[in-house]
Amino acid sequence: MRFPLWRVGVFIAAAVWPLLWLYEAWRSVLGPDPGKVLVDRLGLGTLILLLITLAMTPLQKLSGWAGWIAVRRQLGLWCFAYVVLHLAAYCVFVLGLDWSQLGVELRKRPYIIVGTLGFLSLLVLALTSNRYSQRRLGSRWKKLHRLVYGVLGLGLLHMLWIVRADLKEWAIYASIGALLLTLRIPPVMRRIPRLIAKNAPSATKA
Amino acid sequence: MLIKLPKASDCHESDVTPESFYLSRRSLLGGALVGVAASSLPRWASADDAARYADVEPGKAPGWFADKLPGTKWQAVTVKDEAITPFKDATHYNNFYEFGTDKGDPAANAGSLKTEPWSVVIDGEVAKPGRYALEDFMKPYQLEERIYRLRCVEAWSMVIPWMGFPISALLKQVEPTSKAKYIRFETLQDPKSMPGQRSSFGLIDWPYVEGLRLDEAMNPLAILAVGMYGRELPNQNGAPLRLVVPWKYGFKSVKSIVRISLVSEQPKTTWQSIAANEYGFYANVNPTVDHPRWTQARERRLPSGLFSPNVRETQMFNGYSDEVAALYTGLDLRKNY
Repeated sequence: MRFPLWRVGVFIAAAVWPLLWLYEAWRSVLGPDPGKVLVDRLGLGTLILLLITLAMTPLQKLSGWAGWIAVRRQLGLWCFAYVVLHLAAYCVFVLGLDWSQLGVELRKRPYIIVGTLGFLSLLVLALTSNRYSQRRLGSRWKKLHRLVYGVLGLGLLHMLWIVRADLKEWAIYASIGALLLTLRIPPVMRRIPRLIAKNAPSATKA
Repeated sequence: MLIKLPKASDCHESDVTPESFYLSRRSLLGGALVGVAASSLPRWASADDAARYADVEPGKAPGWFADKLPGTKWQAVTVKDEAITPFKDATHYNNFYEFGTDKGDPAANAGSLKTEPWSVVIDGEVAKPGRYALEDFMKPYQLEERIYRLRCVEAWSMVIPWMGFPISALLKQVEPTSKAKYIRFETLQDPKSMPGQRSSFGLIDWPYVEGLRLDEAMNPLAILAVGMYGRELPNQNGAPLRLVVPWKYGFKSVKSIVRISLVSEQPKTTWQSIAANEYGFYANVNPTVDHPRWTQARERRLPSGLFSPNVRETQMFNGYSDEVAALYTGLDLRKNY
């Protein structure tokens, strides 16, 4: 396996946040409604990890360093792990494990439906992220994994419907997402210059 | 006061009240006696008031507030079997978008709000319009402590001991004309001290506007508050003057009021303008009418622990049905949400 330290570093950087938040909740420093804070942070964490994952290919093109691609799958799986935790936290802290209410929410609330679609898409991508699926699906694998662009759209829509009065934060994530998707348009992608021949990257924030 | 007819929301004894609150009741009785005995020594009384509730950050009360404090009618309205929200939570978990959209933003940013001097404009359909300095505005009123449930439209709730006076007393002073059908409130607009009003991505058309039907405003439960937890209002809670309407969602209770107008048409309120399908003019707490994005049947009573979530059923009119349901006879509350 190449880049073992880099991979472990990314693993720790992604794993540390939920543990820190859980610790904060346990120490009661998340305020009077810690469950809601956890749900929000895990949701935002999912979106940020999705953007970081999508940044790996352009970064590789720009820098020529293969380490970016080496952690891309790991980051995608972290994104999935965060969305699982986000969903679990929502079910426990917002719904209070009331499953009949979950049914109502799934039928009536567009932002919940959009979020659920995003989750199911990420589930499919996570399940087919292994080498076995890559071999089995062959050329269809790549097509399937373009689903991630749709997930970004769903995630941003899900967030837009929750933000109520100030779009600043949302606008920042949406523009980063739009930039990353633009870079994937083939004519644009081909024109990405290789800026740096070789360079040791600094660790990225999860 | 020897005889008091209890209302449904009243209570004097409670078996589930936490010990700290129970103890603070004792100090309250003691404090009241001290207050009577030494009402000429306001310093004593104010020293005691800080201890009325646990862990209250002492403020810097304006002179008029300190003068009124000893005459306060404590516990004029209380809640049954419910614990008062800790001061820290009531002052660090706020929606006051003028200071930012995160719950912690108001506590972090509201220090820039200048509440002295403060003036309030009374205008519209009244016999006595005018602009009043807050200390003159407050002169006619005795402060009352009102312990109310506060239910936010976002499905969380608190219990807060407000200090204020009924809007009906104000209306008696300013004498609405026969054309007055609604009362409209406006929050300060001051982008210099209110960072939320400077955001270029904001969807709110400042200043923040709210309103009530005149008969709603006349209901004895509807108050204008200037204090909480035995002290003046902290800035993040809407200092120096705010509305408190306990049977409606919290966003109706407009903060840092600079203008009160009596009007003949139903005022266009801020949240109605942003999303009329989500936030109506009435905004009565109603467990049977969902917000389009979440259920209103239940609420998280804060503080709600991570591993012991404090979730409870939401009550019709936030538990104040006996006092206010009559205001809405014949009104379809599903349509007029």
